[in-house]
Amino acid sequence: MLSPSSGNTVIKSKLIGRRMFLLTAAKAIVTFGIIGRLVSLQINERSKYKTLSDKNRFREWKLAPERGVIRDFFDKEIASNQQVYQVHLIPENSKDIEKLFVRLKTILNITEKKLFYLRRVIAKQKPWEPIIVSDNITWSEFSRLNLFLHELEGVKPIVSVARTYPDNSSAHILGYVSQVSAKDLQTKKYLKDLHVPGMSIGKTGLERKLDEEIIGKIGFQRYEVNAYGKRIKQILINEGQAGKSFKTTLDFEVQKFTSELLKDKAAAVCVMDVYNGDIVSLVSSPTFEPNEFVHGLDKTYWNSLIKNEMKPLTNKTISGLYPPGSTIKTLVALSALENGVIKPLDTFKCEGKIELYGEKFHCWEKDGHGIVNLRKGIQRSCDVYFYEVARKLGVDRLSETAKKFGLGKKVLNGFIEERAGVVPNTKWKKKFIGQNWYLGETLHSGIGQGYFQSTPLQLCLMTAQIANGGFEIKPRIIFDKKNNNLREYIKYKNENPNDPLPTDLLVSNFELKPLFKNQEHINLIKDAMFSSSNEPGGTSYRHRWENKKFTFAGKTGSSQIKRFTEAQREAEVKQESLPYKDRDHALFVAYAPYSDPKYAISVLVEHGGSGGKAAAPIAKKVIKKVLERHELRERIDSLLGEQV
Amino acid sequence: MFRARSIQSSLSIKDKIISIDYILVISIFILGLTSILAMYSTDGGELKYHTKSHILRFFVFFGMFLTLSFIQIRFWHSQSYLIYILFFILLLGVKYFGLTSSGSKRWLDLYFMNLQPSELMKIGLILFLAKYYHRTSIENLNRVRYLFLPVVVLIAPIILVATQPDLGTALLIAAGGLTVAWLAGVRVKFFAFSGLAFLALLPIAISFLKPYQKSRILTFLNPERDPLGAGYQIIQSKIAIGSGGLFGKGFLQGSQSYLDYLPEKHTDFIFTLFSEEFGFFGSLFILLLYAIIVWRIIKIGNVTRSNFGKLFCYGFGTAFFIYVVVNMMMVLGLLPIVGSPLPIMSYGGSSMMAIMLGLGIVMSCKVYKDTPVN
Repeated sequence: MLSPSSGNTVIKSKLIGRRMFLLTAAKAIVTFGIIGRLVSLQINERSKYKTLSDKNRFREWKLAPERGVIRDFFDKEIASNQQVYQVHLIPENSKDIEKLFVRLKTILNITEKKLFYLRRVIAKQKPWEPIIVSDNITWSEFSRLNLFLHELEGVKPIVSVARTYPDNSSAHILGYVSQVSAKDLQTKKYLKDLHVPGMSIGKTGLERKLDEEIIGKIGFQRYEVNAYGKRIKQILINEGQAGKSFKTTLDFEVQKFTSELLKDKAAAVCVMDVYNGDIVSLVSSPTFEPNEFVHGLDKTYWNSLIKNEMKPLTNKTISGLYPPGSTIKTLVALSALENGVIKPLDTFKCEGKIELYGEKFHCWEKDGHGIVNLRKGIQRSCDVYFYEVARKLGVDRLSETAKKFGLGKKVLNGFIEERAGVVPNTKWKKKFIGQNWYLGETLHSGIGQGYFQSTPLQLCLMTAQIANGGFEIKPRIIFDKKNNNLREYIKYKNENPNDPLPTDLLVSNFELKPLFKNQEHINLIKDAMFSSSNEPGGTSYRHRWENKKFTFAGKTGSSQIKRFTEAQREAEVKQESLPYKDRDHALFVAYAPYSDPKYAISVLVEHGGSGGKAAAPIAKKVIKKVLERHELRERIDSLLGEQV
Repeated sequence: MFRARSIQSSLSIKDKIISIDYILVISIFILGLTSILAMYSTDGGELKYHTKSHILRFFVFFGMFLTLSFIQIRFWHSQSYLIYILFFILLLGVKYFGLTSSGSKRWLDLYFMNLQPSELMKIGLILFLAKYYHRTSIENLNRVRYLFLPVVVLIAPIILVATQPDLGTALLIAAGGLTVAWLAGVRVKFFAFSGLAFLALLPIAISFLKPYQKSRILTFLNPERDPLGAGYQIIQSKIAIGSGGLFGKGFLQGSQSYLDYLPEKHTDFIFTLFSEEFGFFGSLFILLLYAIIVWRIIKIGNVTRSNFGKLFCYGFGTAFFIYVVVNMMMVLGLLPIVGSPLPIMSYGGSSMMAIMLGLGIVMSCKVYKDTPVN
């Protein structure tokens, strides 16, 4: 019954079956290929894809931490934070940025230039990262913005905090904060994980020195977002941590008082506790307005600061370098005594000038001081006497003493703007100028001229270390409960005037570092300084305090800018008649009260003329102010002591 | 032979119901339920439009599948050409009256549903060629004269679909047709020649490609080329599947899909969603269901007597396998994104209808396995 056609059908079936078998084998291979791929994606690489999936899901917004506060010794905030109103914009939430800008311009006061800048920032960053349209708007602008908020998609009104300074008396030492620059990000490592757009960092002064600790830790909000960037739910919020607050040794009242005194002058004042080195006041004048820097500086204001020849941006107390002038004479005398070059009662005759090495060296007193010993030399600031002393001493021994007392090196920690100054000697000149030392230069150094360069703070430290009996102290501006034993030593010494122990032993018992070989020499200098301020003929006699409470012992100085010509000397040209830029810098250093030294002060008035006339009157007033506040300071100090 | 024929023609209703392949039916039903679960997840865990309409379609077409199972195999054989012509007319209709959506014209508006005739053509072509090769004797099979008609019926719908443009479906239609022709015994050399001709014409074909199609192919070769544009889909799909891990993120917990990172999650990327939520084992489960379905279809092809039945079952079974594999390889980043749905799982009425139609014919091959077709 099998027809040829049905035979044909069977052959065909077999052919079909054979080919189907091949296909089935191919299918098995493909299926295993797919399973292999699933194994590779879902088992071998699952953690990689898990991370990628989380990267999709989560978005983080960083929150800028609140900057720590800086306080003065009496816990008054001298750099604090205030509430500010800001406008932020999240570009991806806005449908049409340009339209939004046009609308914003009608509500806020935004310049075309600012918009240009904003467009550039938007192009650079991720669309969900907020940009700051305006970081400090007024309350009325802020409320108007809130009123129109429904038509401003993507705009977020933010209440934030920003740095504020109660006044500008301490602008230099506090420094200022400003927006992070590209260079800051490169050079400051601590900013790497810390940077939040719109965050301010310290640029100068304490704000810069303390920046790393005072900034705080950034917080963040983590949200789950969908593919269109819409926040679905909040996953995590970390508030971050406000920066550490700092207490300083400064007295804000003194700062204000001093700043007012120095107004309109290019000047600097430093006041220091002679026992523990606490800096009570550090004022540089003219000052600037630090609040102007916080929210982007106004161009015209910046230009006015840059062009001002009194250099308001320079902190003259630590960055200003001036020849110490006659204020160095205390150290010259001390060095000579210590090295046994002179005896206190050795005398020279001053005839107004001497001729040495083929050069004329003048005394400031044209007619001369007559017979001069050490005490009179310092009291009258006789140049000829110190030419003689310096000649005998030599510059190298002088430089050793000067360096010991803190000249020629940075005395504060961590202020990038601080300068070291110069204490010259023969080696120094060979190394930096490449010439041999001339003997004549020793004489100039003896009266603090020539290569000598020092900051007002260094001169203050020098004076403080003489005032405390010749012991090393470290100037400090951040409050620290830890004190050295200098005060206890002084107390012990006063209570036991006939102590059987030799001085060295006593000093090492109190773990002090003496800067003298014989303390009598220090006392001689202190006595000479007293006569300079309090005995007729003394260079600052006219500005003394009769009241024992305020009596100070000081030393005047004027550092020459331009040498007098013979003609000017003959004509007895007065400083006041010279052009401003050619006048001498006026200097004055002192400690007070004389009977029980507590504070040292240094005053500099740029182009002020003579120290006795321009600087001493300022010192007189500041000394009174500081001593009046001394008891208050003591009380706070002892209160803090009990807390320990 | 005669006796067998008489037995077959007098099958009682009970016999017919008993002879249904229950493993196949149950597998399809489980797959359908799984697809409803997945669709529910794409709707974000709510009974919304997609889920509702998917449920409706699944049950309507599942019913249709069961009903079609009882239609005589002879009917399918005798009406094959007519069915093909009907589907072809519908395709032509798309060209003139079709609905355009996102740049391509694929649908006919039938008021109660939007029909995509290209999906139906996948079945129509297999049906046509199964009958044609059933009738062509083995001697004539490889004569050039007898190759003429198959080439025409293959090329014509492919051109229509490819110009919609819908390259993916066109290729899948071709795959089904070519499989039947090869199974029937057409020599490999003809495939080789046409393959060479295709390669030679490829540069011309590429010049006809739309820019988005070109970019899809380039993107497949390097997905990171354009991570926010064309490569986005592949990257996000891989992230979703990979992050599912062994056990998945849990039902309704697929963050990639419910946060909308996953594109086309209802249709082409439904496997990705399932794989993200149920992990490696979930993926294996789906793969297993498809393997069982393909295995049962091929098995029916083995037991059915007629070469028409064999060719249809083998052809459809292989095509079904190709649809599954192409979709999975696509979402796994092994093939370019061509736009092909995953049978039964994906949202889409026409695809569901075509698959259920094919399965119905397969089941009819089972029920009437001993019935000769002519």
